[in-house]
Amino acid sequence: MYACKKDPHMLSRRASLYLVAPAILLLGLLFLYPLSFSLLWSFRDEETGGWGLQNFIKAFSLYSNDILFTLIIVTLSTTVIGLLSVAIGGYLTLGENRVALALLRWLYRWPLFIPFVVAAQLMRTFLAKNGMMNNIFVSTGLLEPLQAASFLDWRGIVITFVWKQTPFVALLVAGAMASLDRSTIEAARNLGAGRLRILVGIVVPQVGTTLVVGLILSYVVMMSVLSVPLMLNAQTPTMMTVDMAWRINAYSDYGVANALGFVSYAMTAVIAWFYLRQGVREGGKPA
Amino acid sequence: MNLLRTCLTGALLALLAFAIFGPITNMLVWSVAETWYYPAKLPQSYGFSFWERVFRPQGNAMESLVNSVVIAVLTVIASLAVAIPAGLALGRGSLPWRSLFLLIFLLPQAFPSIAVHMNIARIFYGFGLNGTFLGVVLVHTIQGLVFSVWIATAAFSAVDRELEEAAANMGASPFTVFRSVTLPLALPGLMASAIFVFLISLDEFTGTFFVGVPDITTMPLLLFTASMEGNYQIASITALILLVPSVGFMLFIERFLKSDVLAKVGS
Repeated sequence: MYACKKDPHMLSRRASLYLVAPAILLLGLLFLYPLSFSLLWSFRDEETGGWGLQNFIKAFSLYSNDILFTLIIVTLSTTVIGLLSVAIGGYLTLGENRVALALLRWLYRWPLFIPFVVAAQLMRTFLAKNGMMNNIFVSTGLLEPLQAASFLDWRGIVITFVWKQTPFVALLVAGAMASLDRSTIEAARNLGAGRLRILVGIVVPQVGTTLVVGLILSYVVMMSVLSVPLMLNAQTPTMMTVDMAWRINAYSDYGVANALGFVSYAMTAVIAWFYLRQGVREGGKPA
Repeated sequence: MNLLRTCLTGALLALLAFAIFGPITNMLVWSVAETWYYPAKLPQSYGFSFWERVFRPQGNAMESLVNSVVIAVLTVIASLAVAIPAGLALGRGSLPWRSLFLLIFLLPQAFPSIAVHMNIARIFYGFGLNGTFLGVVLVHTIQGLVFSVWIATAAFSAVDRELEEAAANMGASPFTVFRSVTLPLALPGLMASAIFVFLISLDEFTGTFFVGVPDITTMPLLLFTASMEGNYQIASITALILLVPSVGFMLFIERFLKSDVLAKVGS
């Protein structure tokens, strides 16, 4: 009966390799090659032609404040994004008010695909001293006219990052929460546990991996955004991305720019390492 | 107690709505402001003369709009040309080390891309690719590749194998099976990936900043330059033009990306 049943795979091994080859080649040429270039060349002293740590010494002496500033901004933004995403996902999972649920579901995703450069322009007008935010606060009496201050500094960067990245993480988290087994939640509810307690004690631990993956992806993205600090923060200290662009455009100094790039990889790697270590530890436990 | 809770929920939702729509509204007001001097809370006069300046056929705004669309279309073609075969191999083929291949395509998301972009610009400089369409399209393609390969893989994985076997049993050649069964069934997912790549290219800033400038200006770079020069009307109109497709995609993505495809992402 099954004599004419075909091989379950439509393609042979060799055909599969041929098909995937162009994509791998493109990735190698346009990503892996420049990536190794950037890693190697951060140790290259182009004036003397030697190798060493000169670029890093120069980068740290010129930009250590900016490196710290970047770390603080990105970490703070990631934390706020995490808290807001859990709050949004949590309400969507545990909320009972139908109108509020529908409104929230419709509302929170708007900035999802809005590019950073557009978000920066929106905030540049909204958060300015004479922007709509201050105007509305003054008109409603929440703020005295003289107290109105521009938010176009580190706060502007954090607000823009949070505005733009929260929908992405919240979408992932809400999706993971929606596919949870409801029986434990219902059991806790029947025992009289409050919603906040259920969220922190039962729901969040089960979506931990999704939350952390979303936060790490956001962290990496925020680490490489150039337009937002350029447009919202005209003073020093500023973010490392601005320094990299400046070293290249003003001095053609690829050495220091690549050293800063290396530092930004390292800052990402530390976060990823913490996550992986956590994963290994949890993976070792019986489920 | 219940009333208090309802009021609190309402207040929080209103705050969220203000945080999300406030900046967008401010941009909309700027886009139709003719004159708006400090410290007026609203523009002194409204009008569309800046719109006319943006859409003037020979203006540089129109040129960057055309550049953006041409580059985005070429980027979609380039990404799909390599992502469809790769997705077919990863989704339906018998590829050794399949998960390793999938992981490799995720790498660009794991590194802050700016340091890679500036080195691409340096390498391209040696080949005379800086300031050319080809150079910008290549930079955009690599960013779109991650998503197009993963979505194409998911789209091909979701195709029902029994339908293919039925066609094959009735004597269809492998290519006919692909053309008449596999490809049409995977098409909605591939469409979603094409639209997504189009949007990535349309919105791309950093790569174009290093590779395209000063010869090739796209919409995001025009927006950036206008904003830094203090020309908030032009910047806001450009922002609005970029905002519309982004929000449209957000609202309609679920129609294109069916849940059966989404469930296969990464599996």
